Amino acid sequence: MTGERIDDYLDGNDLAGPLAELFAVDVTVATGRCASCGLAGPVAMLRVYPHAPGLVARCPGCEEVMLRLVRTPDRAYLDLRGMLTLAIPLPA
Amino acid sequence: MAARDETPSARTLVLDVPDWPGHQAGQHVDVRLTAEDGYTAQRSYSIANAADGGRLELTVQRVPEGEVSEYLTGVYRVGDPVEIRGPVGGWFVWRPAEPDPVLLVGGGSGIVPLMAMIRARKAGGSRVPFRLIYSVRSPEDGYYADELRTRARDDSGLDVAYVYTRRAPRNWPEPPRRVGVAALNTAGWPPELAPLCYVCGPTGFVETVADTLVALGHDPARVRTERFGPTGG
Repeated sequence: MTGERIDDYLDGNDLAGPLAELFAVDVTVATGRCASCGLAGPVAMLRVYPHAPGLVARCPGCEEVMLRLVRTPDRAYLDLRGMLTLAIPLPA
Repeated sequence: MAARDETPSARTLVLDVPDWPGHQAGQHVDVRLTAEDGYTAQRSYSIANAADGGRLELTVQRVPEGEVSEYLTGVYRVGDPVEIRGPVGGWFVWRPAEPDPVLLVGGGSGIVPLMAMIRARKAGGSRVPFRLIYSVRSPEDGYYADELRTRARDDSGLDVAYVYTRRAPRNWPEPPRRVGVAALNTAGWPPELAPLCYVCGPTGFVETVADTLVALGHDPARVRTERFGPTGG
């Protein structure tokens, strides 16, 4: 893990596993709308920074934080205040 | 269970997973290692094979000092148990029922989920035309070289084009270069055909290729990306 550059990021695809622990559906295919700039797109396309003590997902448009997920041994903390709406596809 | 070397620094692990529910091409798993003192490390790895019962293939690129990849490519012995969560991820997937032509653009180890799509295409009997553009540093760095050569010949409707970024094979018609407008125009699809585009590789590679595809006229909603970071150690 040495030599990492802190400005490198992954994407929302990597949230699929951690979020699968919490939700019954795959949230990465849901459309999230940024509370800051209004851009809407799949959660899979967010920019994910795994260097924090948790996962921080930012808007690919304005780079504001849209989702934060911190996992402790017996609890998960999910902060969605940067996410105005989350449209989750469900079978009709 | 088996293991095979793809390149000097990449190894494919063949795992037998009891009760594996099956997977879609492009999905990944999270692999967790736990040390004797309870310390855990977890990384995501794309699944390389098409769904095949309880058989799961992961190709792991060794990242220097990467605490998970160095174990999986070096220390790990066939038969050792590993803890896996998955399959996960529903965005960067291709389903054999999709009717649209497909462009795959892979950089380095970013070929892995794209290879799963190529394998799933054949396994699922899809006739959708596929084009793969594979960017590697040098000829020795390409994964699955023999299989891609065979499939390009035998899998009807699959085209494979290489781009060499540092050193090309002898007599290669062009100097080493990065994937750009020329390669995407020549070896990709015109945007008018509305292909599904899958781009996977390091962050910078993915940004550049996705931006170029959109600039060429491809619908951003049809350009799906997955980034492999150096954090993937």
